[in-house]
Amino acid sequence: MKDTLEMREVYTRALEQLMKEDERVVVVEADLSRGVNTLRLRDEFPGRHIDAGIAEQDMVTISAGLAISVNKIPFTHTFAPFISRRAMDQVYLSVGFSNANVKLVGSDPGVSAEINGGTHDGFEDVTLMRMVPNMTIFEPVDAEQLRQAMPQIYKHVGPFYMRMFRKQTEKVFDENYRFVLGKADTLKEGKDVAIIASGIMVAEALKAATALHEQGIEARVINLHTIKPMDTETVLKAAKECGAIVTAENHNINGGLGGAVCEYLSGVCPVPVKRIGVRDHFGEVGKLDFLMEKYAMKASDIVKASQEAIAMKK
Amino acid sequence: MEKCQVESLRKFANEIRKKTIHCIGTLGVGHFGGSMSVCEALAVLYQSIMKIDPQNPKWEERDWFVLSKGHAGPAVYATLALKGFIPMETLDTLNQPNTILPSHCDRHKTPGVDMTVGSLGQGFGNAVGLALGFKMDKKPNRVFCIVGDGECNEGSIWEGAMASAHFKLDNLTVMVDDNGLQSDGRTTDIMNMQPMDKKWEAFGWDVQTVDGHDVEQLYNALTREVSAGKPRCIIMKTVKGKNLLGFEDVSTNHNTTITREQMLAAIAALEEVKA
Repeated sequence: MKDTLEMREVYTRALEQLMKEDERVVVVEADLSRGVNTLRLRDEFPGRHIDAGIAEQDMVTISAGLAISVNKIPFTHTFAPFISRRAMDQVYLSVGFSNANVKLVGSDPGVSAEINGGTHDGFEDVTLMRMVPNMTIFEPVDAEQLRQAMPQIYKHVGPFYMRMFRKQTEKVFDENYRFVLGKADTLKEGKDVAIIASGIMVAEALKAATALHEQGIEARVINLHTIKPMDTETVLKAAKECGAIVTAENHNINGGLGGAVCEYLSGVCPVPVKRIGVRDHFGEVGKLDFLMEKYAMKASDIVKASQEAIAMKK
Repeated sequence: MEKCQVESLRKFANEIRKKTIHCIGTLGVGHFGGSMSVCEALAVLYQSIMKIDPQNPKWEERDWFVLSKGHAGPAVYATLALKGFIPMETLDTLNQPNTILPSHCDRHKTPGVDMTVGSLGQGFGNAVGLALGFKMDKKPNRVFCIVGDGECNEGSIWEGAMASAHFKLDNLTVMVDDNGLQSDGRTTDIMNMQPMDKKWEAFGWDVQTVDGHDVEQLYNALTREVSAGKPRCIIMKTVKGKNLLGFEDVSTNHNTTITREQMLAAIAALEEVKA
């Protein structure tokens, strides 16, 4: 079942609330404000919506300057590939190295750029952001998780990156859910294999777990929403108790969530890990379903990977 | 400007230059050329223009300084030491293990350094953000930023130039160290940015061109009223390696080694200038 609200609308409503509560919160955009619904905040909060124009690098350096000079808390947004690939040196030095309290938001991560095509597919933003020391990286699953996360993102002090799907996602969490930044959520218990997923891949992981259950395989499903710093306790526990891992991410399998899990586990508890995600390809144009199928990111692919990972245990 | 004030600024610039030569010379290698060309600008800014308190580097009412051409860090360190922000003996620790004086300025390491710089074009972009922040909060703090002429090759300089004029940042001053050399050679051969003044004017800045080694011209340019809403650009015609004996306007002086004898001779020559 899809959420009723688009993620961008949840984002904008949360930002609106934060801007009402704290005048330090400002919006910084690079001519994609309309695309993420924050354009209306320009009228609601005069002077607190900065548009840098189509100049992503300048958008990032300006944000760092605002945070450092007068302690503004900029929520700085453009598409995921442009805030990472294009403005990476600015992110690395002006935000990371300078330790500026800037909230970077990259929308349309991975294949969710859909018909904008290969140039707009953010397959490498997590890899790039992971290389920035002290950067926190978060990817919301659905509207409820994003709604609960926003006040925690605001309270977090330091460089922050959120990769955010813009449209309606599959509803995974309800109002009984309690989000804690940095703490992974175990959505289903199981001891045969652990599926560790983020973003839109969580819904696929849950579908896969249901299919596996029908085959008598109990898969644990973990949402690693905070990719950095990683909740190593939950990941290690999964490796020890399940003995096989499948990671699922809307991203290149190299250097992203899967890479992070492998890097960590190889040093403390080496177990078989199969990674689901884009296999080192450039993107291409297409609707979400087509692209997820093309890049082998569907629940059926997770089922297959789980069977392979379990077989490797023996 | 009073004659004695001019003399005092010249002397201060001379002291900055000598301490900078000593600072880099003690290590034996460093960015001499671009450090030598900004000594007068730093002297005028720190002595006569900027609101600062060496005892309280983070003073809320201070004016901010960003050295976007970050490799001239040693000249800034010499200035900070002479003003009392850091102890003079610290200058001998440039680039040594655990130093507070890295080649390129770091806001977390050095008292008096307002912004971390090093990747060309970025410090200026930060200065734009700093100035915009003060504007948003209606604070009187001003921001001064030195960029290199070679640095102006960076596209990000022009993104910042565009934004500064658009946001009407009349609290921002950029000083272009137009010394005519970049690492690989003459700027006119490597990547010609001339006419530099017309470029900044076209981007909406109030532009003045001065002799960057003439403290009086610098002072006048920095104190002249500019039209409200316009950011101020001062093109400083300078000489890379200015007054560094044997290295002045030499195309290899961007980052060069120097012997102890050469260092002492260069400083001795500047003692004579003072006399």
